[in-house]
Amino acid sequence: MSEMNEKLVFDRPDSVIDRPTHYCPGCHHGIAHRLVGELLDEMDLTEKTLMVTSIGCSVFLYNYLNADAVEAPHGRAPAVATGVKRARPDSFVFTYQGDGDLASIGMAEIMHAANRGEKMSVVFVNNTVYGMTGGQMAPTTMIGQVTTTTPAGRCQTHEGAPIRMTEIIASLGGTAFAARGALNTVANIKKSRKYLKKAFEFQLNGTGFGFVELLSGCPTNWKMTALAANERIKDEMIPYFPLGVYKDVSEEGGVC
Amino acid sequence: MSKKNDRIFVKGNEAIARGALAAKCKCFFGYPITPQNDIPEYMSSEIIKAGGDFVQAESEVAAANMLLGAGASGVRAMTSSSSPGIALKQEAISYMAGSEIPAVIVNMNRGGPGLGDIGPAQGDYYQSTRGGGHGDYRHFTFGPGTVQEAYDLTIKAFDIAFKQRTPVLILGDAILGQMKEPITPWLPENIDEEAGRDWAVTGRTGGREKRLVKSLFLEEGALAEQNRHLQAKYDSWKSMTEAEQFETEDADLILCAYGSIGRIAKSAVRKFRKDGKKVGLFRPITLYPFPSDELKELAEQGKRFLTIEHNLGQMLDDVRLAIRTVADSDFYPIYPGNLPTPDELEEPILKCLEGK
Repeated sequence: MSEMNEKLVFDRPDSVIDRPTHYCPGCHHGIAHRLVGELLDEMDLTEKTLMVTSIGCSVFLYNYLNADAVEAPHGRAPAVATGVKRARPDSFVFTYQGDGDLASIGMAEIMHAANRGEKMSVVFVNNTVYGMTGGQMAPTTMIGQVTTTTPAGRCQTHEGAPIRMTEIIASLGGTAFAARGALNTVANIKKSRKYLKKAFEFQLNGTGFGFVELLSGCPTNWKMTALAANERIKDEMIPYFPLGVYKDVSEEGGVC
Repeated sequence: MSKKNDRIFVKGNEAIARGALAAKCKCFFGYPITPQNDIPEYMSSEIIKAGGDFVQAESEVAAANMLLGAGASGVRAMTSSSSPGIALKQEAISYMAGSEIPAVIVNMNRGGPGLGDIGPAQGDYYQSTRGGGHGDYRHFTFGPGTVQEAYDLTIKAFDIAFKQRTPVLILGDAILGQMKEPITPWLPENIDEEAGRDWAVTGRTGGREKRLVKSLFLEEGALAEQNRHLQAKYDSWKSMTEAEQFETEDADLILCAYGSIGRIAKSAVRKFRKDGKKVGLFRPITLYPFPSDELKELAEQGKRFLTIEHNLGQMLDDVRLAIRTVADSDFYPIYPGNLPTPDELEEPILKCLEGK
C-alpha cells in the first residue's frame, strides 16, 4: 500500500509536547498525561487551561503539557487551584496530584476544596507509594505492602488502613463527580478517559468539583516488571479500591 | 488639608481592608485569628460588592496557598493573619518569594512565643524581615504607625508587590489594629490591573507561548542563578527605604522605635521637649529594607541611641548593624503582654540622657 493510502489513526495530541518523559519504564503517568492532553484538545481547552502541578514525580507535568501552569507546595494544589479559579473564574483549572501529596500532607486542602464545590478538576494518581522520594509508605499503601518505611509490610494496627479517597470525596457536599478508574488495561484506560471528560464537563458547566482517581503502577518502587505491576493493580488494588462512579450529580439531581 | 467631611473614623484593621479595596484588591483569603478578624469580616461583604471574591479558608496554610494561586494568575490579592497564623503561612510565602509571585500579607502581631496572648507585641520582627520561611529570601515589609499610614501603606504595598514581583508584608499589631482614628481615604489613580503581568499564568489565549510560575530549579547552576537574581532585586530596594524623623536635628538622644511603639515614643519625645530635653525619634517605616543609611547619618553627627521595642531585642540588631562603625544603641524592652504608655518610657529615656 502506498503512503498516500495510509490512514493515520493515532497521533500525539497538540496539547502534549513532543519530548521524552522522565518517568520510569512501565510508569502510568505518561498514560494519564496523554489522557488529559487528548481531552484538552478534544474539548478545545488548551488556551484557557491553568494547570496546578504538585510535588512528586508528576511535578514536571508542565514540561509535557502545553498549557500555563503554576507549581504548588506539597499537598496544597487544591488551595492554590482555589486561588487561581477564584481569581480567573473563566479559566479551566485542574490539579494533578499523587497519593502522598493528596491523601497525606494535602488531606485538608482536598477535602475542603471538594466540600466548597470549587469549580475545578482533580486528577488523582494513586500508585500506593511515594515515588519520587524513593518508595516510602503512602496513605494508600496496601496492607502487607513492603515499602522503605514499612520493611515488614504495612500493618493495619501500626500504620492504619489504606485510605479510599474517592469514597471520601464522593461523600462531600460540593462534589459534583467522583470516580475511580485504572490504567492497567486498555478497557480501563478508556473508562478512565470517560471519567476525566465527565469531571472536566462538570467544571465547564459550573456544577461543582470533579475528582478522578487513577489506579496506577510504579514498577520501580514496587520492584516488579511493568506487566507484573499491571497484574498487581488487577489482583490487589482493584478489589480494595473498586472502580466506578461514586458520585454524579447529573444522575442525582444536582447540588446547590 | 482635607475637609472634615472627607474623613472617616475607623479601626486600623478596617483601614487596611479599605486600603486594599482602594488598591483594587480582587481576592481575599482569610482565616479567623485575633486580633485581625475585622479584616476578613470587612472583606467578606465589601470585596464581593466590589466584584471580587472572598474565601474563608480551612486553615492559614490553605489561605496563603490560595493567595499564591491568585497572585500567580496576576490578580491583586491579599491575606491577613496574626503571629501563629503567619507562622503557618510561611511555607507559601517562601514559595511566593521563590516563584516571584506578587501578593500582600498582613500580620497584626500578637504576643508569643507559642499561643502567647492576644495583646500587642512586636516579637515577629525577625520573622518578618529575615524571611520567615525556608531558603534565602526577603520580602518588602512595612511597619505602619498610624491608622492613616496603615491605609496609605496598604495601597503602596500592592504597587510594590506587582512592580517588584514579590510578596509584601504589612506588620502591625493589636494596638494599631484595634485603635480607631479619623483618616482621609483616597483612591489611587490609574491602576492598570493587567499591566506588568506578562509573566502571569492567564491561559494561552491567542495561542501564545505557555507560561510557568515555579520555584523549582534543578538544572546545574539554575538555582544559583535564580538566587543571584533574587538577591540583586533585594539589593535594589535599598533606594526605597522610608523613615520618619521627629525632632532629630538637634537631639542628643535618638529613640529608635517602629509601629505603635514608635508612636508612643513620639509622645514621650514631645514631653521631654517640653522640659527642654533634646530627645528625638527615628521611626523606620520600611522594616525591610531597613533605612540604614539615614540612621548612620545621624550616628555620624554624634547622636546617641536608645532602641525601644515591644519585644526582647530584634530591630536592635538592624539599628546596631546600621551604626556599628560609629556608635552603639542602648535598649529598652517592653515585655509582650503589656500595653506601654509614654510615661513608662520616661525612666529609661532619662537614664540614657543622664548616662553621658
